[in-house]
Amino acid sequence: MIDTLRQVETPEGVDLKLPLAGLIPRGLAWSIDLVLRLLGYGVAAVFLAALGEVGTGLYLILLFVGEWFYPVLFEVFNGGATPGKATLGLLVVQDDGTPVGWSSSLLRNLLRFADFLPIAYGFGLTSLLLQRDFKRLGDLAAGTVVVYRPVERRVEALSDEASPLPPPVPLQRQEQLAVVEFAQRRSTWTDGRAQELAQMTGSLVTGSRREKVDQLLGLAAWLQGRR
Amino acid sequence: MNRESFRQRRSADWDRLEVLLSGLEDRRLKSVPGGAEIPALYRRACQDLALVRSRSYGRDLEQRLHEIVLRGHRALYRGQRLSWERVGQFVVVEFPRLVRQEHRLVAFCTAFFLLPFVGVGVGVHEQPDLIYWLLGQEQVAEFEAMYADGGNFGRDAESDVLMFGFYIFNNIGIALRTFASGIFLGLGSLFILLFNGLHLGAVSGHLIRVGYGGNFLPFVVGHGAFELTGIVLAGAAGTRLGLSLLRPGHRSRARSLATEARRILPMIVGVALMLLVAAFVEAFWSASSASADLRYGVGALLWLTVFLYFGLVGRDR
Repeated sequence: MIDTLRQVETPEGVDLKLPLAGLIPRGLAWSIDLVLRLLGYGVAAVFLAALGEVGTGLYLILLFVGEWFYPVLFEVFNGGATPGKATLGLLVVQDDGTPVGWSSSLLRNLLRFADFLPIAYGFGLTSLLLQRDFKRLGDLAAGTVVVYRPVERRVEALSDEASPLPPPVPLQRQEQLAVVEFAQRRSTWTDGRAQELAQMTGSLVTGSRREKVDQLLGLAAWLQGRR
Repeated sequence: MNRESFRQRRSADWDRLEVLLSGLEDRRLKSVPGGAEIPALYRRACQDLALVRSRSYGRDLEQRLHEIVLRGHRALYRGQRLSWERVGQFVVVEFPRLVRQEHRLVAFCTAFFLLPFVGVGVGVHEQPDLIYWLLGQEQVAEFEAMYADGGNFGRDAESDVLMFGFYIFNNIGIALRTFASGIFLGLGSLFILLFNGLHLGAVSGHLIRVGYGGNFLPFVVGHGAFELTGIVLAGAAGTRLGLSLLRPGHRSRARSLATEARRILPMIVGVALMLLVAAFVEAFWSASSASADLRYGVGALLWLTVFLYFGLVGRDR
């Protein structure tokens, strides 16, 4: 499979599909976080400069916390996503799809240093590109993956417009499924494409191109239990 | 039962579960009324999802249920929250136990750090030119200036805060890097241990030889108790990462790394806490105007504390 879905089984025995995030969105998220951190350091520098040596001391502490623990704090307290990841709709989860806790988040972000070597995330990129789960070294050690946040992009339920139409001949399971899928995905196609596909059903539906589409929708409504 | 009657019969439960999960995901709420219903509703939803899939009830239902189950799974199987009790447990049981459990590795890393330290220290003490093999002339002059009479000492309270920040940024940073670079088959950690051993040994040997020992030793004896042990433990934790890849045993290397990394993580967290204490001692005590004898005394006490802590704390009675 060329799919970038990671399948995990829940203790209840159903499979969940996690859409994995690859190099580009993760790189973009990282860049956003970098800019935010730099802005933060800049603003802090302006205020702390007024405090002289004490300010410099506090600034170094801020720099330490920012460089090592910025991702950890956000991942733990913000449901697995730094601001950059949240912008891109990404989120860090454990291998089994459950939320990251302190241990996983600490591990993956401490090992960021190893990923960063020898220059510009060299090892991290290599590791990420060599695996089907897009894991950098930190993800390997922590047992985490970066996935897309589940989006509420629902397939529209079948419209009630089509009047239910019993199939002229008994349809096999695969055929029923194809008809129902056709109806469910109808709204994502142009009229021309829908008519073109409807042509391929052979003798199942008859009439003009437009009528064939309508009949298929009617068959789908009937198959789904409407009468 | 066909798809329509299935949907009609079950959708009230799904709506209810969605409402409850939204409440749970809202972090402003402390508790969700009706939260106790979630597990049962969630398990029914799992069953429904499996049913929808096996009967091919269509994409819309499957996607909706998949999303509900995903959210329920995240809500139900979240990890332990951090609590003061857990932090306390970590300090008085988990950390010292882990160090004892890894005593062979810790001993190895101690040797890897201490032998070059002592060797080069003695060497530089006896053979003055040796130090220039390891450090540049300017660096040597810098160190000498730091520990010459009045160099680093008797500074004001503001500088103390500055140095506190610097020690946190620099020293804890080194320890964390020592740990992380252990993933390269342990070589990174061992290299940093060796490098620090050579460097610190050379500086110590040189300062004592030129007669600044009276300033240098009382300065380092206190925070050294936490700092030197900390760096060795960081090396041990990192080497453990490397060993997990070199000797995975009956597990795959990936699994071995993930398991061992999780097991050893408390060690590096403990090291970070130790170095925080060290930074505090180094910034506010080591360079203070207290007499050398007092600082030797306190230093001895701190070393004793560290050894007793790792030797005795957290043992079963």
